Amino acid sequence: MQSKKKIRVLIAKPGLDSHDRGAKIVARSLRDAGMEVIYTGLRQTPEQIAETALQEDVDVVGLSILSGAHKTLFPRIMELMKGKGLTDVMVFAGGIIPEEDIPEMKKLGVREIFGPGTPTDTIVQFVFDNIPKRN
Amino acid sequence: MSEKEKKNEIMEELERWEKTTLPKWMRQRPERRSEFRNHSDTLIKRVYTPEDVKDLDYMRDLGFPGEYPFTRGVHGTMYRGRLWTMRMFSGYGAAEQTNQRFKYLLKEGETGLSIAFDYPTITGYDSDHPFAKGEVGICGVAVASLKDMEVLLNGIPLDKVTTSMTINGPAAMLLAMYVAIGDKQGVSREKIGGTTQNDMLKEFFAQKLGIFPPKHSLKLVTDIIEYCARHLPKWNPISISGYHIREAGSNAVQELAFTLYDGIAYVESVLERGLRVDDFAPRLSFFFASHNNLFEEIAKFRAARRLWAKIMKERFHARNPRSMWMRMHVQTSGCTLTSQQPLNNVTRTTIEALAAVLGGTQSLHTNSFDEALCLPTEEAVRVALRTQQIIAHENGVADTIDPLAGSYYIEALTNEMERQAMEYIRKIDDMGGAIAAIEKGFFQKEIADSAYKYQRETDEKKRIIVGVNEYKTGAKAPIPILRIDPKVEKEQVSRLQKLRRERDNGKVEKVLEKLHYMAEKDENLMPIIIDAVKAYATLGEICGVLRKIYGEHKELIVI
Repeated sequence: MQSKKKIRVLIAKPGLDSHDRGAKIVARSLRDAGMEVIYTGLRQTPEQIAETALQEDVDVVGLSILSGAHKTLFPRIMELMKGKGLTDVMVFAGGIIPEEDIPEMKKLGVREIFGPGTPTDTIVQFVFDNIPKRN
Repeated sequence: MSEKEKKNEIMEELERWEKTTLPKWMRQRPERRSEFRNHSDTLIKRVYTPEDVKDLDYMRDLGFPGEYPFTRGVHGTMYRGRLWTMRMFSGYGAAEQTNQRFKYLLKEGETGLSIAFDYPTITGYDSDHPFAKGEVGICGVAVASLKDMEVLLNGIPLDKVTTSMTINGPAAMLLAMYVAIGDKQGVSREKIGGTTQNDMLKEFFAQKLGIFPPKHSLKLVTDIIEYCARHLPKWNPISISGYHIREAGSNAVQELAFTLYDGIAYVESVLERGLRVDDFAPRLSFFFASHNNLFEEIAKFRAARRLWAKIMKERFHARNPRSMWMRMHVQTSGCTLTSQQPLNNVTRTTIEALAAVLGGTQSLHTNSFDEALCLPTEEAVRVALRTQQIIAHENGVADTIDPLAGSYYIEALTNEMERQAMEYIRKIDDMGGAIAAIEKGFFQKEIADSAYKYQRETDEKKRIIVGVNEYKTGAKAPIPILRIDPKVEKEQVSRLQKLRRERDNGKVEKVLEKLHYMAEKDENLMPIIIDAVKAYATLGEICGVLRKIYGEHKELIVI
């Protein structure tokens, strides 16, 4: 019997902020839940994130940002991913993103945004439930 | 009855109590948990007695305020003489806005300034660098050149107000700008007071905003300490910081141990330069978080002072008592704030601030209730400042020195905190020191594991966070959010570009060439950096020269 392919997730930190506590905890929680997790490290440009998503052939991208630059960076990341044909990759985000910005981020194609205090199980379950069907 | 007989009597009575009174209560009102532990995983006893502090020697372990080992405080009169400095970390938008915020806070009774810079400034990029896009003035104030600093400090007398700057990679450049403003105001360099955070080691495993590789970073830190020892006697050249270690997820013992170890590494580095310990150690300062376990935090502050005094005396043979002083700034813990029911954060901050005051801090920042959502609004920051003023004036907590000394629990915890921190210090010694531990990923792994544990405990409700995993309300609290106008970035970029057109570019080129030459020769770079900022070379240009020579730090990723 062929073993089921592991879900591949990229956890990425766009922008200059260095608050990586949340990103690392989410990365570890997804890994503990059996997923293959790639964590980019800090200060990734939108170009680097889109390129890593492509090279690593991921199913899911999780963006973590606490600097407030999401309105500049998220549109660029989504646009670059689209340009690379990564339209079936599910993108979610976390960090400090004001409530009123959420509709705009979702319109870009970010599936869900998790604010501070979200239990990790909620995020793990969300990824399992929203994993894109590929091939 | 002799002391010993008295102790034995207490032990016998404790045993009796445990056999007779306690079991009845345990049946009627069983304990809420099978065991109680603090953040550092120390098992907390049901009740503490003289037995728990039986080895405490008052003069050896506590002594008097202002005397070795400084457990009870570094100053002889502590808050009876002077209250702690109320120093609110602030900065947002362009220099004009932050200047207004500074003046507002001073008017409302703040007693010292603390500058929060934006990410481009912190990471050594000018406001018009591609990496700065979307980040200018967002998480702090944008300072790309002396021009911005002139606006930022306009009308602030540098001989009357001390200023703390949260700046690390480009600490030398921002200190140079501050000195340049002082020169312009005609304030002599002996009178300029304040602090540069300038703690690069923790950047590599906690705050992670380093620019240059560890070795070169340590060189710049040492340049600043050396320069200040010779020319800026009232400046604290470094604030050795546990705050970011804690915020990144460490527990209290790790915060204490790793911070003190960084301190050891800096002292060693400056000694290698040929300075004597008593020439610079009195100006070393520290910065800790005050997290949410009240007694654990108080014990941490007391243990920190005692341990540092011992390290300076025994390890580095300091003679001047001031070299053994641990003067500290404390900030209430940002990571304990919740975005849910944000007004609850006022209560959290109050208790954390109380811990800092009962722990004997010299300076305090209290977080604003909206900071899990945004930078603070004027109203939120005023409440945070008022919290300190209430503690200072209304509750009598500042009327006697180290009021919790002698508490069996506090003294036992203080001892335990010191013991566990010493264990870490020996371990890091064995690893070959702070840089070796960073390169092995030791600090990073320790912090990541503690952060994960804290999160699991919260997820599993072993740890109750009000409004997050219990006592939730569905509705979002409508509190006003501070937003930075996108115009700020445009205006800041055009101010910078105007500067580049109008300054004497020949002079800038020359000074940057000289900087390049001196950096290659490994000279102390402070004087030339002061010349460079005075010629209006930008922060990005100066850091650019050093990036070329030193290279850039690559993060070691440890999940």
